[in-house]
Amino acid sequence: MNQLPLKAFRLLIGSIFLLSFFVGVMQAQTPPTQETKKAEETKTDLKQAQDNPFGLEKAPPLPAGMTGSDTSDPRANLKPGLYEAGVATLGMKHLSLLKKPDAFQLDSSDTARVHKTLGQIGVPDPAMIPKQFQTVMAQLAFANSDLAFKGKYLFQGNFYGVNIYDISNPAKSQLVTSMVCPGGQGDVSVYKNLMFMSVEMPNGRLDCGVQGFPPNPPPAAGKGNPMMMLPAPQKERFRGVRIFDITDIKNPKQLAAVQTCRGSHTHTLVVDPKDKKNVYIYVSGTSFVRQGEELPGCSAEKPDKDPNTSLFRIEVIKVPLAAPQTAKVVSSPRVFMDARTGALNALSSGATHGTGKPAESDQCHDITVYSAKGLAAGACSGNGIVLDIKDPVNPKRLDAVNDPNYAYWHSASFSNDGTKVVFTDEWGGGMAARCRPNDPNKWGADAIFHLKDDKLSFASYYKLPAAQGDSENCVAHNGSLIPVPGRDIEVQSWYQGGISVVDFTDAARPTEIAYFDRGPIDPNVLVLAGHWSAYWYNGHIYGSEIARGLDVFELTPSQYLTQNEIDAAKTVQVAELNVQNQQEIVWPKKLVVAKAYLDQLERSQVLSADQIAAMRDAIQRAEQSNLNASSRAKLQGFVKSLKESAGSKSGADAARLQALAEILQRPVK
Amino acid sequence: MQARSTLKSGYLGLNVASGLNMLAAASILVSMVSLCGYAQKATPAKPVVVQPGAPGKPTKVLPKTTKAKLPPIAAADVEFMQGMIVHHAQAVEMTALIESHTENKDVRSLGARISHSQADEIRFMKRWLIARGQPIEGASHDMHKHHANMSHGMMPGMLNAEQMEALRKAKGDEFDRLFLIGMIQHHGGALTMVKELHDTAGAAQDAELFNFATDVDSGQRAEIRVMEKMLEGKSSKEKQ
Repeated sequence: MNQLPLKAFRLLIGSIFLLSFFVGVMQAQTPPTQETKKAEETKTDLKQAQDNPFGLEKAPPLPAGMTGSDTSDPRANLKPGLYEAGVATLGMKHLSLLKKPDAFQLDSSDTARVHKTLGQIGVPDPAMIPKQFQTVMAQLAFANSDLAFKGKYLFQGNFYGVNIYDISNPAKSQLVTSMVCPGGQGDVSVYKNLMFMSVEMPNGRLDCGVQGFPPNPPPAAGKGNPMMMLPAPQKERFRGVRIFDITDIKNPKQLAAVQTCRGSHTHTLVVDPKDKKNVYIYVSGTSFVRQGEELPGCSAEKPDKDPNTSLFRIEVIKVPLAAPQTAKVVSSPRVFMDARTGALNALSSGATHGTGKPAESDQCHDITVYSAKGLAAGACSGNGIVLDIKDPVNPKRLDAVNDPNYAYWHSASFSNDGTKVVFTDEWGGGMAARCRPNDPNKWGADAIFHLKDDKLSFASYYKLPAAQGDSENCVAHNGSLIPVPGRDIEVQSWYQGGISVVDFTDAARPTEIAYFDRGPIDPNVLVLAGHWSAYWYNGHIYGSEIARGLDVFELTPSQYLTQNEIDAAKTVQVAELNVQNQQEIVWPKKLVVAKAYLDQLERSQVLSADQIAAMRDAIQRAEQSNLNASSRAKLQGFVKSLKESAGSKSGADAARLQALAEILQRPVK
Repeated sequence: MQARSTLKSGYLGLNVASGLNMLAAASILVSMVSLCGYAQKATPAKPVVVQPGAPGKPTKVLPKTTKAKLPPIAAADVEFMQGMIVHHAQAVEMTALIESHTENKDVRSLGARISHSQADEIRFMKRWLIARGQPIEGASHDMHKHHANMSHGMMPGMLNAEQMEALRKAKGDEFDRLFLIGMIQHHGGALTMVKELHDTAGAAQDAELFNFATDVDSGQRAEIRVMEKMLEGKSSKEKQ
């Protein structure tokens, strides 16, 4: 490229760049006595500021009949900052933030190029460059993503690899291993000594190299544009699901790399209760289909042109536990097919915003399996679907819905009893501010559906109620159940909207019961950040913060949640957690669980104050006596009337009365 | 347990490297041997940085000072962004005609959406280029080589001067038809550009560009289907 015009361009860019960050400073520093020329320059600069590509996008007016977010919420207008941001919490305590490890932070030599450009255009001190500019440069390439858990270890996915933390003492969690292996998004799962990781981007390499692939050599003089130099598929390129042996947690070893046509945006671990010899991976690919020359059989044709198109399907990988290195794709279920006509593209979105007209769904974004119920819920671009997965290799679609307010079906989770499904809508893709006061609270929200006889029916929307700023990317994202007995509670991340804990026991009236939020990274530039995932694991909440690191929280009692309910949730201990491989929660018949039910029955005023007091007294005596015979007998005395009350009630209270009766009948220590 | 495995795997040497003097290291060694519990507090396990090899190959231990690196940016990436800005600018120019050229509600609302999203994307592309120290405009000698059969400075799918002139002159139904046909052609060009990018071996490795190109592909594909349906609807109405 010619050097002279390049320099000229850099000057132009520099002026815009300068403007976007320094205009405030310049104005403040310009004394009023400066000559007219300077004033005119500032004027021109201000004009350019309006076209400033780093400027923030303002929300359009609210559509008629819609309501937006609450600007009087304590979470609106928090102080900005990377590590010094203002914080608002309710019912949660922040225990620690572990900053993203150095191995996943950009080398300063990469910013040198920008510094050099700035030097050329006359910025005297590149150290003045606002930090966020450097972050803007590469925010996504090193973004933290999803979480998985095994024993005392937490696995935090990242576009650049995986970080493994020891969380034996959650408030003092420690980094154990930084595993460098780029390729995005780094969605991660664990099963015993195996770790699985999603790769979708073209820089993914079989050998985990960070160098990507060399750009094509410059064309020989007069031989045309490098853009047209086709196609050079790469043998070393990897897009799909990696499988690692993590027997030695400090030395994960890659066992297999299963290639797929669209790579793996997310994946879901599937454990078939009837199959002890294998586990399965459902692969959701949302990216472009690669060339057949790079991976034989890949085709991006429309289904009418190629019935074997790589679109309109998911992939199933079978992983033999005795030989995980032989894992391979064993089926490519056509989950969008019309079973009667055989058409592969039978499902469409119902969006009235976004593109505004129905669009075919040809991909799933994420799938949550609930093997105990033989079901899966798929969030598949334009649709929410329910699959029968009793034969995990050949899932069959049972139902599909769309929704006028849903732009992009992103993820799904079941209530523990399997009668409800919470879907999320990732309107704006997660990189845009979508919780501003003028953003409708039905867009980019959760949608809660009833699931009865394998059919979904819409109940309500839930969106983060607090208004967020123009520089905060915010929309519904990943969450998990909190195992409070007797209630359906989910902790959920909303990117820079923070974390919101919602009770959806009553599907028609979801209510927020706790939250945590930080101010934006920067008030003037949208820097990709916030919580990608927030999951409950064995007593604590872990938040994967895209830019900042790993957050650890605990729940604290409030008017919406009692200490007994929190303690009851902590009785549930699991050996592994992969949230999209949903496990049925079973509570031990401990007295603390009974106390949680009693608190709930008091809250819903189903039992009289006298009855509750009598039962609490009996429980206390039983605890003090370490469950001696007479205290057990006393507890059993309540069982009959509780069961009768349960029979006369319905819904959540009936279930609570019944469960309480069962504990008092035969409590365990 | 932790202290013992620390000893076994030889991390003591790293303690020395990390600034403890020999004496301190020696005293810790003593306490590790004699007082296991105390040693656990004194030497928290040091995190490791590793990089797996290809399947079946060993994993490398990287220096603790390892920092992240960006994948290379290909010339094709920069030209894709520069070209797409030019390409999108024409879409904004086309939608700007709607106000004075048609009363069709569907076309008007479609145009508003396209205008908004393309303007937004132009801003994103400019940010991307600036942040990487690249010019917003490509040198024209690079651009017109792109397709030998295309006129100067044109990206795939862009309307030529005659087509733009015809669109400017048309009103009402005729404008709607030309607009839809033109925008389908225009969006089709964006898909071609994304495909060419993905077909280029060293391109689209930058996370944000990859994400953006993926969005452009799915967004414009969906809009093309919408416009094809609108066009079908129009022609079947005319036949009646």
